[in-house]
Amino acid sequence: MRKLLALASIACAALAAAAAAQTATTSVDATTSLTIYSGREERLVKPLFDRFTKDTGITLNVRYGSSAEMAATILEEGESGRADVFFAQEAGLLGFVAREGLLKALPQRTLDRVPARFRAPGKRWVGTSGRARVIAYNTDELTKAQVPTTIWELTKPQWKGKIGLPPTNASFQAFVAVMRIKHGEDRTRDWLLGLKENDVRFYGNNTQVVQAVGRGEVLVGLVNHYYLHNIRVQTPDIPVENAFLGKGDPGALVNCAGVGIVSSTKRTAAAQRFVDFLLSPWAQRFIARGPGAAEYPLIRGVRPRPGLPQLGTIKGPEINLGRLGRDLPPAVRLLNEVGYTR
Amino acid sequence: MTATPAAAAPRRGRRPPLLLAALSAIVVGAAMLPLAYLLVRAVGADEEARDAVRLEPTLRLVLDTVLLVVGVVAVALVLGTALAWLLVRTDLPGRRAWGVALTLPLVIPSYVAALVLLGALGPKGLLQQALEPLGVERLPDLYGYDGALIALTLSTYPYVFLIAAAALRSVDVSLEEAARSLGRTPLRVFLTVTLPALRPALGAAALLVALYVLADFGAVSLMQYPTLTRAVYLQYESLLDRNAAAILALVLVALAAVVVALEGRMRRRGATYRSSPGAGRRARTVQLGRKRWAASAFCATCVALFLALPLGVLAWWAIEGGSFRLAWSAAFDSAAASGSAAVCAAVAAIPVALLAWRHPSRRSRFLERLAYIPNAVPGIAIALGLVYFGARYGGVLYQSLALLIFAYVVRFLPQALATTRSALELVDPRVEEASRSLGRGSARTLVSIVLPLARPGVLAGAALVFLSAMKELPATLLLRPIGFDTLATEIWTDTSVGAYSEAAPSALLLIAVSAPLVYALSARRAWELGAPG
Repeated sequence: MRKLLALASIACAALAAAAAAQTATTSVDATTSLTIYSGREERLVKPLFDRFTKDTGITLNVRYGSSAEMAATILEEGESGRADVFFAQEAGLLGFVAREGLLKALPQRTLDRVPARFRAPGKRWVGTSGRARVIAYNTDELTKAQVPTTIWELTKPQWKGKIGLPPTNASFQAFVAVMRIKHGEDRTRDWLLGLKENDVRFYGNNTQVVQAVGRGEVLVGLVNHYYLHNIRVQTPDIPVENAFLGKGDPGALVNCAGVGIVSSTKRTAAAQRFVDFLLSPWAQRFIARGPGAAEYPLIRGVRPRPGLPQLGTIKGPEINLGRLGRDLPPAVRLLNEVGYTR
Repeated sequence: MTATPAAAAPRRGRRPPLLLAALSAIVVGAAMLPLAYLLVRAVGADEEARDAVRLEPTLRLVLDTVLLVVGVVAVALVLGTALAWLLVRTDLPGRRAWGVALTLPLVIPSYVAALVLLGALGPKGLLQQALEPLGVERLPDLYGYDGALIALTLSTYPYVFLIAAAALRSVDVSLEEAARSLGRTPLRVFLTVTLPALRPALGAAALLVALYVLADFGAVSLMQYPTLTRAVYLQYESLLDRNAAAILALVLVALAAVVVALEGRMRRRGATYRSSPGAGRRARTVQLGRKRWAASAFCATCVALFLALPLGVLAWWAIEGGSFRLAWSAAFDSAAASGSAAVCAAVAAIPVALLAWRHPSRRSRFLERLAYIPNAVPGIAIALGLVYFGARYGGVLYQSLALLIFAYVVRFLPQALATTRSALELVDPRVEEASRSLGRGSARTLVSIVLPLARPGVLAGAALVFLSAMKELPATLLLRPIGFDTLATEIWTDTSVGAYSEAAPSALLLIAVSAPLVYALSARRAWELGAPG
């Protein structure tokens, strides 16, 4: 009893100390600090943030979480928001937050730095990096020639039990949304049901799919291209390669991560500097070729990681990603209906 | 003697002191905040959101959820009770060591449990790789119901084990002796006499397990088993549909209410306090004889599957990745927040438990039961509820450590409540009445007689809350002060990019930091509920 009481008082004292330390760090002058809600993983973007602080002297207070959780937090905070900047994995989520009127319009010169399809029509967010949908395949079991070049082929019986995908992942859902717009609800439903007929396996996220492909649990996986490079930092010899899809195939969608300024911010100037920093050549090079990074840079003059096809050569479906905020809900309802996201 | 309900009669009908009633109402009211948020969102649901939650799929989700809850509760009850009986009532060699080893899985978060189970027993896992030379190409599929059942059993059976062990030590043994003297076999004595006496304790344990399973996301998502909580997360993750998520979460709340009501009925069937000091003597130790090899093998199997396997896989990942970075500052943050939450929850539980025990009435019971409900609400819904209220009305408290601790208290209050209540159940009201008749006021009686008797339960509750808060992830992610990293968030940071080997040291550290408390929990004194320590 006495020991436990002592333990409890130590804990309380520690807590007081921690709280004091915390107030000390957050009482930094408001003009020299920014609060970022980051849906992008700490391991990937921390060096980027550190560099920004070094360059500008602006301290970044970063809250990390999944992009959807961060978006939900911004929505629930509403008018009394605490974030200055929302840095998200996915265009669709930025679209959601923008539709609720919680993102500020960005200046045209910022938007103009990236191709038109990677920015919001309403100017509320701008893409910071591109990611292509690919088929990741197990190189022990398949040669490149055996991997389908169109996702339509995956409903054939020879792929039974060999396909994995992340049905709840926003990128996958964006791909289904685009398929639904381009090819209609019925054809999309048939394809989804065909995959189900083929005993498709569901995973929680892209990383899990790539790892399952590596283990041979499934032989092909529908994912974004850069996860493989990410995983190779840990497991350099994972027997997986990416196959890019053919021209016009809905599977060849190029989506983007992006950033927006939260409308309740009082530090617009600093937030703007942060957005511009993400579109600077240094940051774009880091996103494209930093350790474990392999995303597509979106500004002119920065080349992608060697070995990746040029962004312009991936001829996916033509679509403005700004539409996703609106087109995602019916796609998710479809996924729900066919039992993908139950 | 097990007292008849009539013996409890004098307690009824007295009006509770205003202070006690007010304190209880404040505690329970505060715990209801997340539910208020869910109601706000569900009421605000438009046609689209209500359309997203359709009857037939929702019913199927309810069914799948109930199946998992029933399965985990059943397995955890059988396993936990059997192990508790072996360790408390028999001459099994090495009981103390087994006790600690069998309680330790309590500190393994269910998402870590699922991850290591998949790593070890899943397709192309360590076991299959080891068996490959023998021509084993594929192991039975772990995904789905079976995997979720094993992972959740691992995380929950220790609750049953601890609570059953405590109850076995403190139930009245005179009835068992009578039954034995009348020629019943030990097994029949256990089934017909001991088990019914354990019922309130097992009910309390089953309630904790059921609520845990209802709210769990980590294990079911990794094992790809559809439950209501997973569906709630999916609504947030994929659609940002806060209204549909709230409706589903309220279905979960209704389910939790059913579970809580069932347990309440079970508890009301019997009062369990001892009536005479003579009945407090220790139970006769069962001589296992040659059967003790079988008993040892049973314990060893449980320890191997639930403790050695997870620790082994984690150690293997760490060694394989050459990753030994120990996040001490995160461990410190975790312990500070969890420790504060444990103290707050234990204190907050006291008035509610006292009110329900000392002044049993429909209203006080309802208040106590109500406090259990938030435990079944998915962490992310609780977190967003506190974001909603915190950002609007919380001022500087929002995103402060205080609000995070508050979230822990709301989520885990039932664990403190259950143990405190169980301890109080064992206090004979006549002791209290004697004190009052000798001239002590009710407040002094409470402080000098009742609370010391209930102390082991209060402490055990604090310990359970501490362990749960150490593992908590979803609310921590959204509510922590910026830069406040806990071991759980460290593990999440690493596993979300698939860096298992880097997550392994944090997971091992989490287990190591929590272990001393588990030792204290499983050591006899702390858990001898109702017997003054």
